[in-house]
Formats: sequence, structure tokens, C-alpha cells
Amino acid sequence: MADALATITRAENLGMVTIRADFARAGDAIAEAVGLALPDVTRITTDDSRSLGWMSPDELLLILPVSETAGAIAALEQALTGEHSLVVNVSDARAVFDVVGPHATDVLAKLSPVDFVELPQDGLRRTRAAQTAAAIWRIDGGFRLIGFRSTADYLGLILNNATLAGSQLAPR
Amino acid sequence: MTYTAPFRLPQGGRLIDRAFQIPFRFDGRHLRGLEGDTLASAMLANGQMLMGRSFKYHRPRGPIASGAEEPNALFGLGQGGRFEPNQRATTTTLLPGMVLGSQNCWPSLDADIGAVNNWLSPMFPAGFYYKTFMHPRPFWKHVFEPIIRRSAGLGRAPTDPDPDRYEQAYAFADVVVVGGGIAGLQAAKQAADQGQRVIVLGQSPIWGGRTPVDHKGGAAVVNALVADLERRENVTMRRNTMATGLYDHGYLIAREALADHDPNQGIPRQRLWRIRTQQVVTATGALERPLAFACNDVPGVMLASAVRDFIVNYGVAPGKRIVVVTNNDDAYRTALIAHDSGLEVAAVIDARPTADSELAQAVRAANIPVLTDTGIAKVKGGRHVDGVVLCRQQGDGQQIGTLDCDVVAMSGGWSPVVHLWSHCGGKLLWDEAEAMFRPNPERPPLGADGQGNVTAVGAANGDLRAAGDLERRELPTMPVWVMPQNAPYKLRAKMWLDFQNDVKVSDVQLAAREGYASVEHTKRYTTLGMATDQGKVSNINGLAILSNALSQPIPATGTTTFRPPYTPVTLATIAADARGDAFQPLRKTPMHAWHEAHGASWEPVGHWRRPYCYPQAGEDRDKAVNREILAVRRSVGTLDASTLGKIIVKGPDAGKLLDMLYTNMMSTLPVGKCRYGLMCSENGFLMDDGVVARLSDDTWLCHTTTGGADRIHGHMEDWLQCEWWDWQVYTANLTEQYAQIAVAGPKARELLQRLGGDIDLSQEALPFMTWAEGQIGGIPARIYRISFSGELSYEIAVPAGRGLELWEKLHEAGRDLNITPYGTEAMHVMRAEKGFIMIGDETDGTIIPQDLGLGWAISKKKQDYIGKRAQSRSFMKQRSRWQLVGLESLDKRIIPDGALAVDEGTNANGQRKTQGRVTSSYYSPTLDRPIAMALVRHGPDRMGQELEFPMPSGEVLKGRIVDPVFYDKEGSRLNG
Amino acid sequence: MLILTCPYCGVAAEETELAPGGEAHLKRVGPDGDDQQFEAYMFDRKNEKGVHFERWRHAYGCGKWFLAARDTNTLQVYGTYRAQTPHPTDDIVAAIRKVSPDWNPDWTRAE
Repeated sequence: MADALATITRAENLGMVTIRADFARAGDAIAEAVGLALPDVTRITTDDSRSLGWMSPDELLLILPVSETAGAIAALEQALTGEHSLVVNVSDARAVFDVVGPHATDVLAKLSPVDFVELPQDGLRRTRAAQTAAAIWRIDGGFRLIGFRSTADYLGLILNNATLAGSQLAPR
Repeated sequence: MTYTAPFRLPQGGRLIDRAFQIPFRFDGRHLRGLEGDTLASAMLANGQMLMGRSFKYHRPRGPIASGAEEPNALFGLGQGGRFEPNQRATTTTLLPGMVLGSQNCWPSLDADIGAVNNWLSPMFPAGFYYKTFMHPRPFWKHVFEPIIRRSAGLGRAPTDPDPDRYEQAYAFADVVVVGGGIAGLQAAKQAADQGQRVIVLGQSPIWGGRTPVDHKGGAAVVNALVADLERRENVTMRRNTMATGLYDHGYLIAREALADHDPNQGIPRQRLWRIRTQQVVTATGALERPLAFACNDVPGVMLASAVRDFIVNYGVAPGKRIVVVTNNDDAYRTALIAHDSGLEVAAVIDARPTADSELAQAVRAANIPVLTDTGIAKVKGGRHVDGVVLCRQQGDGQQIGTLDCDVVAMSGGWSPVVHLWSHCGGKLLWDEAEAMFRPNPERPPLGADGQGNVTAVGAANGDLRAAGDLERRELPTMPVWVMPQNAPYKLRAKMWLDFQNDVKVSDVQLAAREGYASVEHTKRYTTLGMATDQGKVSNINGLAILSNALSQPIPATGTTTFRPPYTPVTLATIAADARGDAFQPLRKTPMHAWHEAHGASWEPVGHWRRPYCYPQAGEDRDKAVNREILAVRRSVGTLDASTLGKIIVKGPDAGKLLDMLYTNMMSTLPVGKCRYGLMCSENGFLMDDGVVARLSDDTWLCHTTTGGADRIHGHMEDWLQCEWWDWQVYTANLTEQYAQIAVAGPKARELLQRLGGDIDLSQEALPFMTWAEGQIGGIPARIYRISFSGELSYEIAVPAGRGLELWEKLHEAGRDLNITPYGTEAMHVMRAEKGFIMIGDETDGTIIPQDLGLGWAISKKKQDYIGKRAQSRSFMKQRSRWQLVGLESLDKRIIPDGALAVDEGTNANGQRKTQGRVTSSYYSPTLDRPIAMALVRHGPDRMGQELEFPMPSGEVLKGRIVDPVFYDKEGSRLNG
Repeated sequence: MLILTCPYCGVAAEETELAPGGEAHLKRVGPDGDDQQFEAYMFDRKNEKGVHFERWRHAYGCGKWFLAARDTNTLQVYGTYRAQTPHPTDDIVAAIRKVSPDWNPDWTRAE
């Protein structure tokens, strides 16, 4: 029996912060407060432990170890004092899955109307996975997918279904 | 076991492997085929020409084609959950142990009782049903309809669940080439050479299309091309993949058969591809047309191309003595191939006055007679061809001779497969020289950029010589729509156009006489082209007959609309993974597993599942609900309110925005307080409600209904982005960030105090409609003093990840208080006892707040809010609008939800006039009697009056109009 | 199934990633409008066979509303632009006129 197309793992202990602001005015302050460069449109910047994703023209998503969340929120609020902005903890609102393996792209191709082959190395794509919203970017050996917490079981199911051994998309 | 089959040729058959025999069963008989056979070739090799019965007259049918257009040789395939009706024998690969059953016959294919319809056929002309089943009227329901229903539908649907997996996948390309024949492969190579990302889709397991059959060196050319393409990084070659439809902006749907041949290997059986491409090349080839001569439906009459396909591809002789009848040169290939295979070719009958092309000369050189200006007056034979009666094509069918034969190979010319080209708006033109419709290169389907995004190549583009011997010039096809040209009615009534649905030349002519001038109408009147092949075989011939009958040129008649799918797609492939638990996303709260473990009976609310109630041993749902309500009213209960929408609205202009979104004033809400608010659509109708809390100077938190969270968030963003985009406001939908638990009942405060924490829960510190923040039981929380039950009630929001922890702590701490989890139904009943409205019960998209006695929640001070202008329309201000009241049942019976209160008199349809309807109705365990809410004309002015609610059973329930607040009118219980 | 490019994030999104919002460039009529004006705002829609301006939200994406100019008959997309644009841009008008030289805007530019 062949192997599954990819391994699906639920990523735990991630903190997430939604930041809404006018980047033209507050971008530098945000970057400094979170310690990451401001991502370009539809990109994500990252260091060893944190990532900062572009979600919308006035929205960023900071992903970091959960223990650093409160500190990061405080730092952001401090940095954005006097600036019209919204900094809010969304760590508990999300379910995160890592899709890793030689055919990880095939797994996503079964779920999303997106050409992931063409996704830049630092690209972040918001789309849908089957019938639910998702944001997807590259990690070592595959992709990370975030969706809503309430649909975690559904996401886990459709991701695992898509990894069915022998179902890779290359012509047979 | 040595392999013998009466019609298997001693050699040849490029697709079969004679070393491997394959046993299969047909209608209980044990037969053998060879690896590489299709069902059709294996059956023909066994001499089984009879493969079905036509739909209407149950006439015997053999295969006429060798590909996807086959209308006759259809079988029910497989058993149990894998049973599939109407599988085409010509495209189904033979597998070991296959079990096939014939369709549309009883008791057997050979002795079919329904064939009596055939003898009665003069009584069933086109439009028979429309004309016959009209009178007397009552007969329709009790006599005609049951009979028609019993005989309707071809094949039977499977009844067991499909055990196999199916999936879908997206693909992206610069160019998709549809068709694996020579034209498609060449087009793919051309695109690949330019560095484009190319996908090639071939409908069958082998590449090459007609070329290896029609071209002596064809196979080598194809193999070289395929090998070249398969080596390339930028080319994907996908076999067994049928492109079924082309849609807007280069969206192509294709079905790939992965494991149809072996569903047990554990991979998806079929895959539906959703492909986005910049350009599509249709290299879909052409389909051969039958000729319309009398009794052209007798088994053994086949398309000329199919006859040579069976010989060359499978080493199968459809018959031993063949007559070829044609109006073109291409069919001469069949004569040559049959002759070279050792079969006898009695003659080539050519309708054209002369035949002297190279192909015709080659046939004559092989000593095969060529008879020009000749046609077939009639085929002899019943279940099998015995011979043909010859006539002059230019005449009226007078016999000039006969020929014995067991197969007639006919060719009426070729029609390019223009389906994909046409699906998304490509236009056709009539090619007079070849008597065919072909793509009009001036009017292709357009892409998003307004440029053509489909190119037809090869035979699909009308280049009918693309697959054949390019060195041999061929003479034009002569249009022959009826054979002979002046055939009398007797012959025309036996000339089949649609072989499955039994539509004949005479039927189309009758439709024309009866005024069916439009081809679309004629199609539906006669059922021409409505069989499972969707007109692939019959369409062009039928509309040519119609055009002649209407004395107009063929392009003036036009074609029927080509609609996807090109060949049938299984429902399983369309559903694919979306079945069972993956049918749709099921949203679960953080406490979902607890509810499940405690026996929750679920209620779907949007994609959420919420506990309706938690029945205990021996309880039904009603009993459980009543117990839960009384527990809350007497002590304390918990409701999982996590599904409620929670939207944060922040910014200098947030108050201004909320004043526009809600009917009441939110900007004046003091920090720390809560206010119930209503949201209306711009059309004035109530669409959502909920409690708004002011968190800080510039921040509000808006609760929405469970179903409304995403919609209301979208509504807010719509107005913010599109209308008031200069207002400084940010919103965020935090619904899933928090678990929220309603703790309600006289003991609620006591229970919460037991958990400990830094929030003062006293009446003084946290009065009704306020909120506080801190921690409770060691969990960071925001507590709202709000109540939907009328009891002392707190809603506690904690991070979703800690919701279960809080829930369990509450239940642990409240054990001696008889703490009871309650579900949505207890919540519904308790709110109704209090006269609180519910969006979706008291509202239905036509109700304004004023109808519900909610005028107090509409600010009179505000200049504007969404819906205000609409609510000032005269109809909205009418006093006679139905308005909310309570309803007391007069005989202790529950008046059903939705029941209508009748008024005096009848309307124009003779129905009783109505004056109101029940919107919510329950048994109240608190009051031990039914309670209801209703919308009634002038309701609030009619307290004490009685209304009548007739039931479908004829009995009439009575209710008295009362105040909608049934319980604790003073609100004394709110503070515990 | 359409593909429209979101002018905010540049993503060419397919229809299933978008939510439709009806005709674009409607001008809101509030409490001051008379019945006729309000009716026109609320209900009168052009429903063109041909050049059409419509609202779309990149719902499964950046969440922004944008406007699209397209031909409902040929499916050609003339362009997409931000929702805060009072009238279709000059680029859009030029793209339409390239295909339909006789087409005329039914608005007057308030410069």
C-alpha cells in the first residue's frame, strides 16, 4: 500500500493577533512592535518563531507562540497609541493544520480553487478549503492552513480524505 | 481453455491481447472476451449482436457505433451499490467477472413482451402522449399517469449506497487540449514548443483517435508524438478523461476514470477536474452520421467507421458478408479493411452519381462491386440483417435488386463534435460542401479579455481528412437525408433518426406539418435527440429533415442548444467528497463534546449543531425540555451561547456607525452598560437583534443571532466600505474567539460566587444590563448581566479554549443546586413565556419592528438609520398591519405554529379570508398551559377577543388575544 | 464561472471565492427622499444585457468590496475597481468603448 499523500498535523499553542490599521501611517510602528518586516500585499514575513501575514489592505495577522501573545498585544497597543487601530486576540478563534509531505500541493489542489504551484515562497493566500474559509502559506516541506475553530473537525476530515494513499494527481 | 469465439478474426486487433481471456456474464450466460475488449467487441465476438431494446417500441437493437455516441448498446452494469444503469457497451472496458444485464425488456431481451408496442407503432406517432392523454380529465391522475410513470425512464436507478470514493481537484493551464487524436497531439506539441503549460485530455485509455485505424502508418506517428509529449515537463497527458463541459472564463470540467476498472484498489474511482485555462483547443473529432433508409434500425446496420473499428481494434467481425452504403469516400475504407481481413464485401452502394476517387478505385481493384446512384430501399430481417433491397437513390424506392448480407456499414457523412465549442457561446456555420455544421472561427467563445479562448482543430474544425490517409484525395460528400430521395410514406415511417427513442423521418415530418417550426419545439414534441446520447447520432439528420419539410435551408433551422455534459457524469463525482460527515462543514462549539457525552438531542442552526435538549433515561424531548425549564425557573441552568455572533466595532466613528445600523441609539450607551438593539434592512424589515455592550470610549461589542454573525458582519463592512468609507471604524468578527455560557435562574449569582474570582457579581456592582471584566474560577472572563429567560442571568464570555473548563467548573460547583444544562428549546419556551421575540419566528423578512410592539427600540431622535425611510412608506404605517399579541388556547390544546386565524368571508379564490397567524407556540411548564404568540390585524386593540384556527383535519381550534408577556410581567425575577 | 481580479489584493478570484452584491453605483436615498426617489433606489435595477457595473465582495479573501465592469452577454470583463469610486474610471470607459464605440456613460462627471 502506498503512503498517504501528506501528513496532516494540528498545530497547537499558536497565538494569533489581528491588527487593523492604516499601514501607510502605522506600518513602521507595527513592524517595530512585532519585530518583523511589514509584509507586502498577499505575502507573509517570518522569523524563527513569529510570522506577520497580510490579510487585507488594513489588516494583518500576527502568528506567534501563545505565551508571547499578551506581551505582543500590549506592545502593539502601546505602539499604536493615538492611532485609529484595532488590536485583538484571535488565538482561540482558529484551527491550524500543517500539510507536509511530497504531495502536499496535490492535497490542497483537491480543496481550493487556487494554483498553489504558483504560490510565491512568501505568499499567503486566503481562499476556501472545500466549503469553509482558510488562509494558506508555505512552511518547510508543505503548507500551513488556518481555518475557523468551529470547523476544525471538518477541516481535519477533508484534509485527511484528500491524502488518500494512491490518489496523487500525477497522471497514471 | 482454448479461446474460440465465432466472430473473432484469426488475426488483428491492435488493442486486444489474445493471451488473456476474460470471463463475464451477460443475462446469466457465461461468455469470454479478451483483454483489451470493450463490452461491445466481446459481445460481437460471441455473435451477440442483439444488445438492447428501443425505448418506445421495444424493437431489437444492436450497436451502431463504437464510441461515446452509442445509443443502443446500453447495459445495467455491476451489482448492489456499484450497479450503474445505461452504461455504453462501446466505451466500457471488459473486466473479469463483469455482470451485465439488458435493459428495457421483459421477461428477456430475446422474448420481450413490450415489443407488442412495435406492432402498435402506427398508433404511436410523434406527439402521441400530448394528444391522447388529455381526456377525460380525471383519467390523467388515476389511469394515464401511473401507466406512463411505470414505463418511463430507461434502466433503473441503483438503490444501495455507492461504496466507492470519488474526488475533485483543481488544475490550471495555459492551454488545455481536449482530444487525444492526431490533431490534438499536434496542437499540444505546438503549444508545448512555445513553453506553455499544457494539459491534454483523452477520452479513452489509448491515444490516437481515428488515426491508427484510418491511416496505415498512423499508429507510429501517434506513438512518436505521445512519447515526445510525455517527456516534457510542461505537458500533462491525462487519459480516460472526458471533458464534459466548458463554462465562463475558461472553466473546463472533466471526468477522469481512475479505478472504474478495479474499484477495489482503494483509490478514488473517478475524479472530477475543475480546470482553469487561458485557452482551450477542441480536438474532439467528428461523429459519423447514419443514413435514413427503411429498417435502418435492424441489428447489424452499423456506422461504417464502427465496422472497421471493431475489425482493426479488436479483431472482431461484426458480420461475415458486408454491404457498405455511403454518400462519401470515407466509407470505402471500411470496404477495404473488411476485405483485407478476409471478410466478404458484397458491394459498396454509393448514392452519388459517380465514384472515382482513389479510394473507390482501390475498392474496385479489390473486385468489390461499386454501385453508384444506388440506395437501399429496405433492410431485410427482423432481429438480424438478412439482406438489403436496392433502389435508385434518385427514385422512389422501386426495387432494382437485392443483396444478401449480415451487416450493413452505413455512412451519411460526418459531423464535427462542436459541443465544447458551443457550450460557452461559440457559433457555428453551415459548410455546404461537406454538409455539416462546423465552428465559425469568426465567432468563438470569448474569455474574460473579450478575445476568443477556444480554437477548434482537426475534424472538430471540419477538417474531416485530418485522421485519414492524407495522400489520398477524397471527393465531397453528397448530402443524402432520405434514401431514396422520393421515398413514399411507407418507407419514411421505417427510417429511424433517433434509434433509442424511436423517432423516425415520418415523425419529424408530421411535427413540421403540425406547425412545429422551431427545432427546439420539434425536439420536445418528437423526443428527437432526447435519448441518452443527446442527439449525437440523430441531431443533424433530424434537423435536415425538418428543414426540408419546412422548405428552408438547414442553417435557417439551426441546431438545438448544445448543453453540458457531453457524456453523462455520475452524481457521485459531482458530490465527490461532500458526503457523510464532509457533506457540509458542521460547526462545533468548544463544549460540543460535552453536550454529546451528556446525551444532547441536536438542533441544526445554520452550520452549527446546538443542543435542543438533553433527554435523560426514559425522557422524550418534550419531557426533557419541561424539566430543563423548571430547573432554570427554580434553581439554575446553563446554556451554551457560544454560537451567538460577537462583533467588535471600534473607532472614533463607531458610535455614529452603530446609530445608523441599529434602530435605537447606541452612541449614547455608557461604558460598562448593555443595550438591546434591532437591525433592519434598508427595506425596513427587521433582520437581526441582540445585545450591544460598550466596552470603552471607542469600542462596542455587538451580539448577533447565531445565524446572523457572518451576515451582519458582512452588512457592517458593506456600509463601512461602500457608503461611509470616510468614517474611522474597524470591525472584527470575534464569534469564534469566545465561548459564551448563559447561567440563568434564581441561584445563578450564588453559583457564580462559588467559583471565586475578582468580579463583584452583586446587584449593586453588576446590575441588569451591565457588564464587568476580570476572572472567574481562574479564567479571564467578561460577564454580561443580560437575560433572555426573564430570570437572574449572566452570560459569561471566556476564551474559546477555556470554555469547556468553565462549563465543567460550573457543573461541578452547582451539583447541589441541581444545575441543569438546557438547550435551545427551553430557551425558546422561556423567552416566549416572557413575550420576547425571536428572529425567524416572529420575523420572516416582511416584519418591521413596529409590528412587534418594539416601537420603544426605535429612536425618535435620530435623523436617519438603515430602514428608517422604508418604514415611513404608507404601507408600513397602515394601522391594519398584523401586530404581535399573545394567544391563549381556549381548550388547553397547542395551536400549531403557522396556523392561520380566519376572518369572515372568502377571497377571490373561494378561500377563507385570514386575519392573523401563530408565530410561536409552546406548552409552558412554568404556567402548565399552552402559550402562543401571533400576528393579528389590529391585534393589540382587540384584547380578550377570540380567534378561530381551522385545522387541516376540519376541527377548529380557538384562541383568545392576550398580552404577549405571560410570565412575571413586573420583571421581579430578573434580579434573583 | 467568472474570474474577477480583486483590485485590493490583486488576487484573480473565482466566483466561489466572491459574494455578489448587485448593481453598483446606486446612490442611497435616506429619510429626505420622496417615495419615487426611494423606490428607484430600492428597487429599480437596470438588468442590462451588455455593459453592466456590479458589486462584489472578496468574501473568501481580503474581505473588501469592489466593483466590476463587465458585459453580461459576452462575459468580457472591462475591469475591476475600488468600491469607493463614484463612477467607473476613465480606463474602464476606454476599455468598454474599445469594444463598443457607441456606448455612452449614463452619468455626468462631477469634477
